[in-house]
Amino acid sequence: MDTTPIFGPALQVRGIEKSFKDLHVLQGVDFDVQAGSIFALLGSNGAGKTTLVRILSTLLSPDAGIATVNGFDVATEPKDVRESISLTGQFAAVDEVLTGRENLVLIAKLRHLKHPGTIADELLARFSLTEAGNRKAGTYSGGMRRRLDISMSLIGNPPIIFLDEPTTGLDPQARLEVWQTIKDLANSGTTVLLTTQYLDEAETLADRIAILHKGVIIQNGTLKELKALLPAAEVEYVEKQPSLEDVFLTLVGEDAAAAPDENTDAATAVPAGKESR
Amino acid sequence: MSTQVLSDTRVLTGRSLRHILRSPDTIITTAVTPIALMLLFVYVFGGAINTGSGESYVNYMLPGILLITIASGVAYTAYRLFLDMQGGIFDRFASMPIARSSVLWAHVLTSLAANMVSVALVIGVALMMGFRTSASLSAWLAVTGILVLFTLALTWVAVIAGLSAKTVDGASAFSYPLIFLPFISSAFVPTSSMPGPVAWFAENQPVTSIVDTIRAMFASESVGNGIWIALAWLVGILLISYAIAIAKYRRKIR
Ligand SMILES: Nc1ncnc2c1ncn2[C@@H]1O[C@H](COP(=O)(O)OP(=O)(O)O)[C@@H](O)[C@H]1O
Ligand SMILES: [Mg+2]
Repeated sequence: MDTTPIFGPALQVRGIEKSFKDLHVLQGVDFDVQAGSIFALLGSNGAGKTTLVRILSTLLSPDAGIATVNGFDVATEPKDVRESISLTGQFAAVDEVLTGRENLVLIAKLRHLKHPGTIADELLARFSLTEAGNRKAGTYSGGMRRRLDISMSLIGNPPIIFLDEPTTGLDPQARLEVWQTIKDLANSGTTVLLTTQYLDEAETLADRIAILHKGVIIQNGTLKELKALLPAAEVEYVEKQPSLEDVFLTLVGEDAAAAPDENTDAATAVPAGKESR
Repeated sequence: MSTQVLSDTRVLTGRSLRHILRSPDTIITTAVTPIALMLLFVYVFGGAINTGSGESYVNYMLPGILLITIASGVAYTAYRLFLDMQGGIFDRFASMPIARSSVLWAHVLTSLAANMVSVALVIGVALMMGFRTSASLSAWLAVTGILVLFTLALTWVAVIAGLSAKTVDGASAFSYPLIFLPFISSAFVPTSSMPGPVAWFAENQPVTSIVDTIRAMFASESVGNGIWIALAWLVGILLISYAIAIAKYRRKIR
């Protein structure tokens, strides 16, 4: 199977629509992700992030639109897409009955790799799980489980990795560990599509950030570009740069505010109101 | 392609067999209810039941008990499949370049292995309770073949249930009517002792022909035409439930 990257963006999403009965979750989503970059898809709970990730990882068919992953069409070339990606879903997809090591060996065997045991041991060491390697994954803490989950996704070095809310529900320490893992991944050339509800997560990790709201991407740019969207005058009495949160709240209106922040003054100083569509 | 199906199925079957080895209670639980039924029928009701045949009651009822064992055992397959889908592992497999059908086949083969162990346990207890057979090796093989076919047919029904369930309880609820079916068949009392419409149902439902066939094989008697009716039911249920399960699975995974 030839899965060498094709020139052009690692991900191309054009006009993707998806409805569940009367609920129009995605109403024409467009964006590109450059190879080797970290792209954050930011949206509040229920915005459709998971739905989009499931479409891109061939688990769900879109109602309309075209998406290519590593140059392969998700609709017509799902097998090539699956060869090119790894999915770390919103809920840790580890087998709780198996040990951490057995989980890794299982995935290595399913990817038809040689020496699955060696691969498993290397990953356990890299994710500080060596000691826990022979314990059932069901006994792991949330952070350990997430690390195992992500390490399972790295097996076979897929060029593109989807991480759906990788730090939701983790304590701050585990969150920092996962962040470091994601940075390391991007440094090694892997393309990462990350979804998150956390503004600081997108701010810390992503090269580009897209905001998914009411079924469409309402903004897409680098952190700098997004911050430039706010007129400087708005924050003149606040002795700091506008945070991504300010931008987010301005764009989606305050009803969609997700993460609480002590800096509420800055948030209210920004006019909440019309969504740009 | 086909070698990939085989190797992926082998790897995934290894995984679910591990699940069973780590909770062997599921095999024991599967065997306990039929064994209790067997004790109840042989030592409590049995004396009052006239089967009209010369053989001992444990010999008479064992085939039905074996079918009940399998009907309750396959519920665990629906349960395990449902749990896989609930956790993200099913999605992980579906997003990987592995043979699509291997995920289901692994559960089916595991069901077969687990149910054969439960059946062996039940036969062991029956032997202690006085079950005797004159069956030749080839008759034993034939009985095994029918039980394997029965397990496969019901396991694919269980796969449908597991794929369509919304709750854990819902996943295994399908097995209750299956467990009940042998009671309205020739498994415990001859159908001739039943009132008209019930007798008609009992004589024409699949369990009676399967039970009668296994009973004849154990007793080294001629199976007659019954075996063709039994095989027709088994193969029919197997093909139809397999087709429905695969169609449901296809819709599920995209
Ligand atoms: N299979 C489904 N059937 C019906 N509604 C669904 C289904 N999957 C998701 N939804 C709905 O679609 C919306 C978006 O869900 P999701 O993509 O999970 O959002 P997010 O991941 O951004 O929180 C939610 O309102 C959710 O309830
Ligand atoms: Mg989600």
